[in-house]
Amino acid sequence: MTEDHISPEHLAYLRSLRLRQALIRTTQFLLLVGLFVLWELAASRGWINAFIFSQPTRIWAALVRLYREGDLWRHLGWTVGETVLGFTVGTAAGIVIAVILWWSEFFSQVMDPYIVVLNSIPKVALGPIFVVWLGTTITAVVAMAIAVSIIVTIMMMHTGFKEVDPNKVKLVRTFGASKGQVLWKVIIPASIPTMIAALKVNVGLSLVGTIVGEFLASKAGLGYLIVYGGQVFNMSLVMASVLLLLVVSVILYYAVTILEERVTKGRQ
Amino acid sequence: MARVELSHVSLNYHTLAGEVKALEDVSLVVEDQEFVAIVGQSGCGKSTLLSLVSGLLKPTRGSVFIDDEEVQGPSRRVGYMLQNDYLFEWRTILENALLGLEIQREKTPEAVEEVQAMLKAYGLGGFEHYYPPQLSGGMRQRVALIRTLATRPDVLLLDEPFSALDYQNRLAVGEEVVKILRERKKTVIMVTHDIPEAVSMANRVVVMTPRPGRIRSVHRITMCDQGLTPLRTREMPQFREYFTTIWKELNRDD
Repeated sequence: MTEDHISPEHLAYLRSLRLRQALIRTTQFLLLVGLFVLWELAASRGWINAFIFSQPTRIWAALVRLYREGDLWRHLGWTVGETVLGFTVGTAAGIVIAVILWWSEFFSQVMDPYIVVLNSIPKVALGPIFVVWLGTTITAVVAMAIAVSIIVTIMMMHTGFKEVDPNKVKLVRTFGASKGQVLWKVIIPASIPTMIAALKVNVGLSLVGTIVGEFLASKAGLGYLIVYGGQVFNMSLVMASVLLLLVVSVILYYAVTILEERVTKGRQ
Repeated sequence: MARVELSHVSLNYHTLAGEVKALEDVSLVVEDQEFVAIVGQSGCGKSTLLSLVSGLLKPTRGSVFIDDEEVQGPSRRVGYMLQNDYLFEWRTILENALLGLEIQREKTPEAVEEVQAMLKAYGLGGFEHYYPPQLSGGMRQRVALIRTLATRPDVLLLDEPFSALDYQNRLAVGEEVVKILRERKKTVIMVTHDIPEAVSMANRVVVMTPRPGRIRSVHRITMCDQGLTPLRTREMPQFREYFTTIWKELNRDD
């Protein structure tokens, strides 16, 4: 429909839609602001104990202090770096293993119960084992991040591979395709949406793994800051770190979303 | 000259539940440039028969020959069109049409040019860089045909190639496809459950029995020999007679 053919009724409809959207956004924003104002008020009036619950102004002060002392970027850098490393290695290794399982039906059936069991145990329980084996190093933290994301990747990707339309496989086989060609020409490209879905899940999971890893075995990073803040009873530092973590997770998630848009461009 | 020959071919499927006889003692000779349609009820093994000719399956007993050579696996002499176009949504129209050549490592500049010429000739000029969801069903089916023709097979196997199209498109695309295949002097084996489609396109119609699939009867259709197009054939008075005969054959209980 072109601009000059819009009827007044349609214009009114569009305007009401936009209005509603604006109302939702405003309410969302006010809710957040309201919460913080209420929090601040409750702490300064003594309705809640500011030492235990902290308060927005103190959190802000803690953030400023972190920034002034130059620690902010260091801690952020460690957490983001470890997460991205764990996420990349976990996803890549998961995809490679899923390809191997797809390649050999026999191997896949042999591995099936092991994968089910590995998937069902809470990976964070393995944390102390990694610390003993790998020391309190970045390796232990990254290992944790990988452990959390790899099994899910294997399962998602393997299922995705098996769900590719068998007729598409049949089609390339009629052209005489080898198994490797079936993989590269059909299975992998057809599974790109599954891969993106796995990436989205893994971004969150790797962050969980990294933070838990940092709880156990680190001298830097947001996980370390949270544990440290808790131990010295500096709740403002803990809250500040949690807020930073929130920002990190949102940014990482959007990074994957942008990647998704690039990859799927033109497909639909 | 015999292009395709099936000699006493049987095929059994093995499953945990037991053995299923899909085809039993099927013998058929398809001449060069002949169009043979195979009709039968669902599950009579007609698609299995195409898989045998294409080399995707091996017969339990008997042999399949193409140009007097026994079929051992997928061969470049054979092109296979499936029930749907199965265009890959991550490839453009041109990339889809080149799929077979890519797999056979024959994607030379000349071959690409030829495919582009075919796209243009068959009404797809200007759509080379579109993606499949942007095309109509009839256009997609033509891309699938070009993808099959691009590898220059002598024999084409069509497995209900028009069943995904609505009736109007079915007739139009069928008309075009037959014209193209005749121009290019292809030998065709088409499987369908649509008797009018079979009668309107084929030189011979083979009627199969329900499982296990056997050849019940073969009917020579004279109209195709006279070079009539499918739509013209449908207008001929004999069309109804063929239809009735084959319809009765299909429903006969042995």
